[in-house]
Amino acid sequence: MAHGPAAAAPYYGLMAEFASAEALLGAAHRVREAGYTKTDAYSPFPIHGLAEALGFRDRRISKFVLAGGITGALTGYGLEYWTSVVAYPLNIGGRPYHSWVSFIPPAFETTILFAAFTAGITMMALNGLPQPYHPVFNAPRFSLASQEGFFLSIEAADPKFDEQAARRLLSGLGAREVVQLEH
Amino acid sequence: MADSQYPQDDFRAPTPIIGPGHSYRTITDKLASVVLTKSTPVVWFPIVGVSFLLLMGLMLALTYLFARGVGIWGNNVPVGWAFDIINFVWWIGIGHAGTLISAILLLFKQDWRTSINRFAEAMTLFAVACAAIFPLVHTGRPWLAIYWLFPYPNTMTLWPNFRSPLIWDVFAVSTYASVSALFWFIGLIPDMATFRDKAENPALKRMYGVLSLGWRGSARHWYRYEHAYLLLAGISTPLVLSVHTVVSFDFAVSVLPGWHATIFPPYFVAGAIYAGFAMVLTLAIPLRAMFRLHDFITMRHLENMAKVMLLTGLIVVYGYVCEAFFGWYSGNEYERFMLINRIFEGPYAWTYWVLLLCNFLVPQVLWSKRMRRNIGALFTVAMFVNVGMWLERFVIVVTSLHRDFLPSSWDMYYPTIWDFMTLFGTIGLFLTLMFVFVRVLPLISVFEMRTLLPEARPKPSSEGGSH
Repeated sequence: MAHGPAAAAPYYGLMAEFASAEALLGAAHRVREAGYTKTDAYSPFPIHGLAEALGFRDRRISKFVLAGGITGALTGYGLEYWTSVVAYPLNIGGRPYHSWVSFIPPAFETTILFAAFTAGITMMALNGLPQPYHPVFNAPRFSLASQEGFFLSIEAADPKFDEQAARRLLSGLGAREVVQLEH
Repeated sequence: MADSQYPQDDFRAPTPIIGPGHSYRTITDKLASVVLTKSTPVVWFPIVGVSFLLLMGLMLALTYLFARGVGIWGNNVPVGWAFDIINFVWWIGIGHAGTLISAILLLFKQDWRTSINRFAEAMTLFAVACAAIFPLVHTGRPWLAIYWLFPYPNTMTLWPNFRSPLIWDVFAVSTYASVSALFWFIGLIPDMATFRDKAENPALKRMYGVLSLGWRGSARHWYRYEHAYLLLAGISTPLVLSVHTVVSFDFAVSVLPGWHATIFPPYFVAGAIYAGFAMVLTLAIPLRAMFRLHDFITMRHLENMAKVMLLTGLIVVYGYVCEAFFGWYSGNEYERFMLINRIFEGPYAWTYWVLLLCNFLVPQVLWSKRMRRNIGALFTVAMFVNVGMWLERFVIVVTSLHRDFLPSSWDMYYPTIWDFMTLFGTIGLFLTLMFVFVRVLPLISVFEMRTLLPEARPKPSSEGGSH
């Protein structure tokens, strides 16, 4: 944040609207080729390859989910072992205290439970949700991003950012309209 | 997939899964208009009215139950488990179709699932809510059920017995309810953003805004969203198979003839999907007519669901055959007696034959394409299966229990008015929740419907795709 003149920009960035998913995908490729890194695209549905076009890749959720699943398995099995063998051993029908076969179904379910909630929670946490306010909502037509609009933003904090050049680039890519975003 | 190798008018081309002439805007407007409107279809009111009346019956039955205890039900030795477990298994089974549609069909890339997954998931949640009532209230003192059911450090330092399938069931069903709710909510987030942006009433705008968590459709967010959604589908698939397996363990792990059978887990899972698809059809057909969703829930959807029903129905019948074969081949006189008593000579034999009529004979009409495309016939078959699957659990529970090893302890089981009020009351609860849901939240996933349009799948630009 504090290492450039751009950090002190008086506004968040520029937002361009495109006519179709195809135009947005093409524009995302070009903006990246032009060297911009602090960019984002907005669409009313997931577009295959759009995040990759912006140079974005993040497979961390899988690792978190694996860790969550393992934690769940250990928690579930640990609970069963501790309650049945350590905390209050009871002889039930002559079965061993450590009845590992019987302990599988609950441990399986806690594995699923922990893995699923890890998937949901890490998705939201990495996405920074919930986030009620974001500068992009200031774009006048941005409510269409959840319906039929396709948008691309370049942040003023981008090291390559120059308003005139960015405006020219976006308009040249067929943007319908380029607007400045307030913080 | 939508991009078929055959031209649109070729007879080999699949029937489209979305009506012609739709754009992002028409899809959004049509699906949002079901909720964001002041005019409710007239038939909605009598349906919700009757459902609500049944729900009030449930309240009455449960209040009386808490005041008097489980003695108001017909259960008694030897049939200690009756409507409570029958209804529980029936409802849990119905829930399975929702997860199957949302998770397993997603993994198999069946894109026709898109228009039915949202309300099928809602159906799962409401069915599980109805199911959960029974194990709670059958304890008689549900305020104590927490310590019977959940492992928490109580003052007696006692813990649940993890060697019992009943506690496995608690883990399976509560995990299932939690994960289904999570899956459903995550699926709703982008649509909540659409509703936030489309709602005009400021209170509604705020409510949907909160539920959308500030979703803005960022490409990075979509990337992680799809990744997480796929993982959730992958995680939910073994879950949905495990839940009814564990439910079947409640029976199969016991030593009672009629319950103690290794075929139970797969046979229960198939039965659950069978019952679930029947219930999805029971709901989809009226909802489609009520909100004119013919462009989104097409004949192809109904036909595909009919085919799933036919297939799972046949697996269930295979389960009946195996059960009978096991009983006979075991050479065990108790097993053989149980079969004769269940099918031919017992006082409840008629329920077995009605069950075969509902679950085996009637669904065979679905072999005919004409019948699969006939809405009236399809709805009728689905209703038969709904009844048949309830009867299946009645047959398993009651005919096995009422005459077991000792003839001196044989007895009959007759449900009371309170049993029936609870059963029909949960149907009222289910339908009330379902029909309120369709007026409050999008019953079809709006953003996923947009992805079905051909223009939503742009080809990567030629310079980008260097092979």
